[in-house]
Formats: sequence, structure tokens, C-alpha cells
Amino acid sequence: MDFDLNEEQRLLKESIDGLLTDSYDFESRKKYMKEKGGWSKAVWGKLAEQGLLGLPFGEADGGFGGGGVETMIVMEALGKALVLEPYLATVVIGGGFLRHAGSDAQKAAHVPGIVDGSETLAFAQLEKNSRYDLFDVSTTAKKKGDGWVIDGEKFVVLNGENADTLIVTARTKGERRDKSGIGVFLVPASAKGVTKKSYPTQDGMHAADITFTGVEVGADAALGNPDDSLALIERVVDEARVALCAEAVGLMDESLKTTVEYIKTRKQFGVAIGSFQSLQHRASDMFVAAEQARSMSMFATMAADFEDAKERSNAIAAAKVQIGKSLKYVGQQAIQLHGGIGMTMEAKIGHYFKRLTMIENSFGDTDYHQRRVADGGGLI
Amino acid sequence: MDLAFTKEEQAFREEVREFFRGNVPPDTRRKLVEGRHLSKDEMVTWWRILNKKGWGTSHWPKQYGGTGWTSVQHYIFNEELQSYPAPQPLAFGVSMVGPVIYTFGNEEQKKQYLPRIANVDDWWCQGFSEPGSGSDLASLKTKAERKGDKWIINGQKTWTTLAQHADMIFCLCRTDATAKKQMGISFIVFDMKSKGVTVRPIQTIDGGVEVNEVFFDDVEVPYENLIGEENKGWDYAKFLLGNERTGIARVGVSKERLRRIRDLASKVESGGKPIIQDAAFREKLAACEIELKALELTQLRVVADEGKHGKGKPNPASSVLKIKGSEIQQTTTELLMEVIGPFAAPYDVHGDDGSNEAMDWTAQIAPSYFNNRKVSIYGGSNEIQRNIIAKAVLGL
Repeated sequence: MDFDLNEEQRLLKESIDGLLTDSYDFESRKKYMKEKGGWSKAVWGKLAEQGLLGLPFGEADGGFGGGGVETMIVMEALGKALVLEPYLATVVIGGGFLRHAGSDAQKAAHVPGIVDGSETLAFAQLEKNSRYDLFDVSTTAKKKGDGWVIDGEKFVVLNGENADTLIVTARTKGERRDKSGIGVFLVPASAKGVTKKSYPTQDGMHAADITFTGVEVGADAALGNPDDSLALIERVVDEARVALCAEAVGLMDESLKTTVEYIKTRKQFGVAIGSFQSLQHRASDMFVAAEQARSMSMFATMAADFEDAKERSNAIAAAKVQIGKSLKYVGQQAIQLHGGIGMTMEAKIGHYFKRLTMIENSFGDTDYHQRRVADGGGLI
Repeated sequence: MDLAFTKEEQAFREEVREFFRGNVPPDTRRKLVEGRHLSKDEMVTWWRILNKKGWGTSHWPKQYGGTGWTSVQHYIFNEELQSYPAPQPLAFGVSMVGPVIYTFGNEEQKKQYLPRIANVDDWWCQGFSEPGSGSDLASLKTKAERKGDKWIINGQKTWTTLAQHADMIFCLCRTDATAKKQMGISFIVFDMKSKGVTVRPIQTIDGGVEVNEVFFDDVEVPYENLIGEENKGWDYAKFLLGNERTGIARVGVSKERLRRIRDLASKVESGGKPIIQDAAFREKLAACEIELKALELTQLRVVADEGKHGKGKPNPASSVLKIKGSEIQQTTTELLMEVIGPFAAPYDVHGDDGSNEAMDWTAQIAPSYFNNRKVSIYGGSNEIQRNIIAKAVLGL
């Protein structure tokens, strides 16, 4: 039973916090947002230089052998600084698929590029009607010779605009909502038949809707078993959920800190508004919500390594529920306590609120995960 | 970071469980499960079994009969005790006055009181709150005047829990009316059978008698019953209240209740099928379980922190425990009410010592719901807890 970071993890935290303090103030972020695809290549290069992009990969693959706790540290820091760069899409999700299911050849083809920052990825999973069900897949991958032909439409693909490689879920067998017959494919973004419609997202990132029309890929495009990869998808998405929980904790910490600083300095009726008890109690409840979220983020981080897949997903679903409830409270109250200034794009608090809000609706919202826990027999 | 308990800790949990299985009187356990009142005899019998095992005062220093357990062992013991369930040790003796006596009392007092506290030869009650001093405890007015080798005590205490059973009281009394309000208070202990002590029971909204008013009318108390120094009582009271930071969350109690709710909900029918099959109910139950899991983790963070860095500097997360712990306890009693539905209505007219076995256990559910409204009020109301977070943690 230990909730402390070890020495190496503390150093990692210091180094990423230091890097982001130097290169990610609110004004710089606005500039990065205007670059192609909505993030900064220069910052991405710095993350690569510090070894952060290779963090979770095994040493044999050119990585640094970091585990869940290391990813938690990075995601919290990225949240705190409201980072736009595609760490989740590339390192956590893309990297997750390669780590769990990549052949030696697939890893050799992609991991070095991820680690040195020259290649980014995107996860093309969401469909028009699939909502949060990972098994709800209409996009098809049909066998052609040794390879596959992919047809279908994917939506809100984060980093879809800049990604070099797309990781696409597609059905090789069965009907739309069958749990078997789902494969995962590596598709070059430049492949013939891939068309993209890119746009910014509410939280300042960029995404794309991507259409696949007769896209031909080789036999080596399939990650894992092309006929039965739902368990793989669930595992990687669980890791993405855990990472989002950590990012949300970073965002909540910073939202609370910013709000408390604001109500200490903002004066009305001749006194700091933070001297009013109604506001103090609101801030205290934000603190309680943020701490409960932190506890569940740590729990989810450790649960990601549970052997039993059901126990793992139940724990992570529970964490996503707590994070969802906490982030809504902290985000909304942060705006309320800021008052009018909280409604403006000029103040950074609104941007934290927007990112938090988008996290709630990523990979299953609070109701979705609460239902999963309820239907799975609870937590006690 | 590591969530797992060590092999030794797991073995310890088994040992504790095994002991409870073999030693908690089955009727005592059943009554707790059913939410019934225990008699004084039933409680004392169990506490003496626990004391004989050497676990009655587990967190005391070894020299006074403690166990020398780690923070994690204490956590495991409490969790198992609460979720078995078995009665928790009498807090007023073991957790409150005991530590004050071994920390601030003289050798004579330690010898005289500690063994009797451990074996519950004396049942202790707490004389802190007064009609005009609730959250603002330091405004208390009960007066102790020194006359030769005696104190003469006059005043009134209230919300005195289980004073009807008590042999001894530890009391905050004003001993210097001229000093600033926190500075003129002393910590005095005395016999509840002293002349001039009157106990008047207060019936609470659950129908039970758990608390009392206690009146002091020229009560004569030997001077040596002062604990520590004169006019330092406020410091001792703060020490006492800060002593039990993690037990207040009562995670084990809520866990046991949630297991019971799940069990009942698979038996009680609604719409021709067990209520657990109702999606809306099931989600409410899951929501509560998730909140409790988060609280359990928060508590473990505090416990692990204390184990590593000592109790000196409180972990900021510890202020969460009281607020969330009480809210969750209240939610569990609401869920029980919901499960039992119309059978919440029958009213159990019981005495103030033990349960009325003639009434079905379902009659205990509504009283437990009513009674649990207290948990967000006592021990520093949740509003006071929010003040504490705002000041001590957020610096507002």
C-alpha cells in the first residue's frame, strides 16, 4: 500500500512540469493552436527530446519501459498545462495497440518514429451511430488477396488532420453490433481512398471526419487477430480512459488553484470575495471533488494492470464515473466563482472548463459507465 | 505506487477475521446487521473479549497496552470490525479520554484510569457540548471553581452520548472567566454518581435515547481530578478531536450496509421482480458504491501517508473523510428506506437499553435513516468541515 512516487517518478514529474512551465504558458498555447492541425511541432520535438514520447515502450523497442504510473504523471502534467499535442492519440492509444498487439515488424515500422517525434497517430473508431459501444462497428475490412479493403466512415478522429498513420477499427465478419469479427488496422493517412474533413474541437484541439473508400492495405496492416480484436480494443481504450482521468485531475487541480487565487484577489464591497462563506464552501466542495477524483485516478492507474479483464474494466468504469462527476462540479463552479470574466475566451479558466467538459464525453460518459458498473454487479 | 497489501498484511486480515468469527457473540452481530440497539451488557461483554485478546486499545502506545500495529494494520482491523460487523470500542474511553490521560495525565492518573478504560470497568461519557456551545465549543460556560482541595462544578452539558450508562465523565469546564475564551478552560474528570449530577434523557427523532442533558449543581470533585495543567483544557480537547482522523469515514460500516442493501434488493420485489432488476435502483446503488470506493481510496492515501511520514502533518485529503463519509452513510440509509418501501412504517417502541425482539427488523430501517442525519452534524458539522478546508487547505 503506497501512493507515493518513487525517486525516478518524482524526477519525471519535475522534468515535464519544468518543460511545460517554460514552453506552455497561455499565450504560447494560443500560437500553437494556430499551427497546422492545431498543435506545435516544436513542442512535440521537445517532448521527444525528453524521452516522453518513448515512455511506455519496452527498452527492446527503443522505449524507456515506463508503466501506468509514468503515463499518469505525464497526463496530469499535460492537463495542468492544457496541452494540445497528440500524446493521447499517438503514445497512449497508438502506442497501446502497438505494445499489446504489434508484431515485431509493425513495432519496428512505427515505434522509432513515435519515439523520435517524426510520426504521429490517430484512432479512427467512432462511427455515426456507435456512440460509446466499442463493438458497434459498421466499417468493413474485406479480404482481398493477402490484404484488406476498408470501407466506411469514422468521426471526430482526434489528431486526424496531422496523423501519419491511422488505427482503424473495422468489421471483418458478422453484423454491426456483433462482438466478434472486429479487427484493428494500421492505415497510412496518405493511402488512396482516404478523405478527411478537418475542424477544430470545442477544447481547442483538432479532429477530422474520415471516409475510407476502397482503401487497400496489405496483410501486415492487421494488428492482432483481424477477426477477434474486441478485447484488444477494450484494453487500449481502458488505458485511454485511465489517461483521461489523470489529465482531468491535472485540469481540476489547476482550475481549483486558479479559482482560489482569483477569489483571494477579486474585491467587491471593499473585501476579497473569498472572504464570503458561501464562496468558501463552494471552493471547499471543489477541493473535495478534486481529491475524490485524484483517488480514483490513482485507483484506475493501478487497476489497469489487473489480470482479470472484468475487474479491470469495472474499476476503470468506476473511475470514469467519479471523474465525470467531479469534473462537472469543479468546471462549472470554477466558472461561477470567476463570475463574468469566467465567461470570456480571454480568461484561461474557460478553456479548462471546455477541455474538462470534452473529457466527460470521451470514451463513455458518466451515465454510460455508471450503467456498466451497475450491470456488472457493483463494486462492493 | 502500489495498491496491494503485503503478504503479512493479508495474513493479518485473515487473523482478525478468524478472531471475529470465533469470538463475536452471534446475537450481537445479528442485532447490528439488523440495525437493532444493543444493551449495555451486550456491548461491554464484547469489549471485554476484545480487551482480553489485547485488541481493545490497539492504537495506544505499547507501554499502556497498545499493539504497536502499523497504520495499515489499524486500518485493516477497523475495516474488518466495521464490516463484520462487531461493536466498535467505546470511543469516549478508548479513543478520547484514554489518549488524553496517557499523554497529559500524571502517573497516578494513568495507573488509576487506563486499565479500567481498557476493560470498560468504567463507562465514560464526554462533557463538551452545551446548549449555547455547539460548533462554537470554546464559548462553553460550565464553571469549575477551586475551593481548597476541591472543584465546585456548576453548569449544563448536552448531547452527552450514552450518559445513561456512564460511570465517569470527562468535562471541559471554565476555570478562568477573565481569560480569552480558549485560554480559561480546564479538563476535569469525575464520577457520574457524584452528588449534584442529574442526567435527563433526550429522545431523538428516531425514537431512541442515545443522548442526554447532564446538569451539574454544586458538584464536588477532588482537585486531583484535573488532567494536565489548569487552563490548558482547550489544547487537550483539540488533541483529542484530532486523534482519530481516519476512523470518521466509517468506510467499513457503509460497505457492510451496501452489501446488505444488495442482498435485500435481490429478495424484495417491486413490479413482480426483485428490485435489484430495476435499472434506476441499480444505478443509484452503483453510484453510491463508486462514491464509497473513492472514499476508501482517499482514506487509504491518508493511512499510507501516516504510515510513511507519521501523524505530524495532516494530509490535506483527510478533511475529505468526514464530509464524504457522512454523506455516504446517509445515502446508504436512504437506499435501505427505498428497498423496504411501505414496510418502513411500523414503529418499534423500544427501551433505551437493548432491542425489542418482538418487532421485525424492518422496523429498524426508518429509525436508522432518521438517526443517521446526525452524522453530518456531530464531530464538527459538515459546514464547519468546509470552513476548515477553506482556511487550512485553500488559505481563504
